[in-house]
Amino acid sequence: MILINQIVQGVLLGGYYALIAIGLAFMFSVMRIINLAHGSLAVLSAFALFALADRYGVSPFLGLAIVAPAMGLVGWGLQRTVLERSARGGLLVPVLSTFGLSIIIDNLLFQGFGADTRSLAPYIGDLSFDSWSLTDDIAIGKLAALTMATAIALIGALHLFLMRTQIGRAIRATAEDPDTVGLVGVNPRLVNAVAAAIAMATVSIAGAFLAMRATFDPYAGALQLIFAFEATIIGGAGSLWGTLIGGIVLGVAQSLGALVSPQGFFIAGHFAFFAVLFARLYLTDLGAVLRRALIGAKPA
Amino acid sequence: MSLLEVERLEARYGLLLAVRGVSLSLEPGETVALVGANGAGKTTLLRCIAGAHRHSGGRILFKGRDVGALSAHARAALGVALVPEGRRLFSRLTVEENLLLARSAGRRGPWTVEAVMQAFPNLKARRRALAGSLSGGEQQATAIGRALMTNPEALLLDEVSLGLSPLAVERVYAELEILTRSGVAIVLVEQDLKRAMAISQRTICMLEGAIALEGASGALTREHVTQAYFGLGRSAPAEARVR
Repeated sequence: MILINQIVQGVLLGGYYALIAIGLAFMFSVMRIINLAHGSLAVLSAFALFALADRYGVSPFLGLAIVAPAMGLVGWGLQRTVLERSARGGLLVPVLSTFGLSIIIDNLLFQGFGADTRSLAPYIGDLSFDSWSLTDDIAIGKLAALTMATAIALIGALHLFLMRTQIGRAIRATAEDPDTVGLVGVNPRLVNAVAAAIAMATVSIAGAFLAMRATFDPYAGALQLIFAFEATIIGGAGSLWGTLIGGIVLGVAQSLGALVSPQGFFIAGHFAFFAVLFARLYLTDLGAVLRRALIGAKPA
Repeated sequence: MSLLEVERLEARYGLLLAVRGVSLSLEPGETVALVGANGAGKTTLLRCIAGAHRHSGGRILFKGRDVGALSAHARAALGVALVPEGRRLFSRLTVEENLLLARSAGRRGPWTVEAVMQAFPNLKARRRALAGSLSGGEQQATAIGRALMTNPEALLLDEVSLGLSPLAVERVYAELEILTRSGVAIVLVEQDLKRAMAISQRTICMLEGAIALEGASGALTREHVTQAYFGLGRSAPAEARVR
């Protein structure tokens, strides 16, 4: 029963990881940018929501109505000022520039808010600890369920947006061939700025849930980035529904690891990440070997 | 005023000068065949006109306006469309999505998805298929259809019949003839010299980045063009200008 509970909790935890991974995967698949400031930007949103709640008594959910569009603008600005320029220098330059950006954000937050650990949990009432008891051993936290539901709804909404709208089509086409979209009247710079704005709006939602479910401080971004990165890679880099699977695999691995040892939580998560990574490399090799064996060795 | 005027255009790839001082003009409803050997600069010239490649010298005027500084999407919005070499379809989008995407140019007109399906009936059954799964003929039809969906005034076609069955080529050329009657001007890059000269009013032959021969298609013979094509001799009839 404990085992089942751990798996259930792991799946729900995966909802949070999916939520934080969406923006990272979206940016990578559309703009080919690995945004190392992703975690820091989520923490920035968390602090913005905290400031609204702390100073003006705005509930985090209402606060999102302000912070999500604001982060969208931040994404737009970042694309135009930093990401677009650095992306011209190849795949590595955005990695460096966003790493620098994360250091700036972290330290500005430290400057502004100090080293105190914060949480939005006090501002959401019972939601932070309420749960439904399924059996004596299994309880589902309402916040965890809401996180999962939000992740699924957000991925579904993004999917529909990409498949059904003109700007969604333009985003997919730009991701595939940015040099050709101009010929059919699509402005690739505009499309990428819109995509960056969308990615950052999702980051603000992830930041809200980070702040509601746990505590955060100005340097909490790095760990969030690692979780987002692992969920993205496990899910198959760049696929939106893949992030949900990746998040769940990561969450379940961590929950089961925690069952073995208190330190097992992180180790099991990282282990699952590397296991998937190596399996993918090895299985691709295996596939090539099999193909060669079946077709017969041909000179390349 | 000509629809399109190109004046002493130069374009480079690094140190290589691919287009050397090319001038040409295009009237509404006119079809110009652009011929020349591989590497003569035809594709680069078309890409410069469409804004896909930045030219390094000279001017490009479209409807009297200097469009040299405009990016490709802004030129598409003005009415320039290029069917690029190698088609360059968005393989992960469906045929219909590839066509719909071209509405981004913001030019409404006679060309809709339905009109393209009428013009290229072979696409009807493949409407929801991914562009990456199409046959060569279907890909070419989609690429032309996608360019038409921007309702262009100048249509630049690079290697129209490459990889098409003879039947598909007939269909494409029949469509182009109808198109020019509605006032659309066409620049056509085509390997099939006979066909190119038959459909066009003027033929321009490029050699090593420059125009080697230009004249009314009816006044030029195959021999003239072939000589200019390979850079043999420098003789041409009086009606044709030799540069």
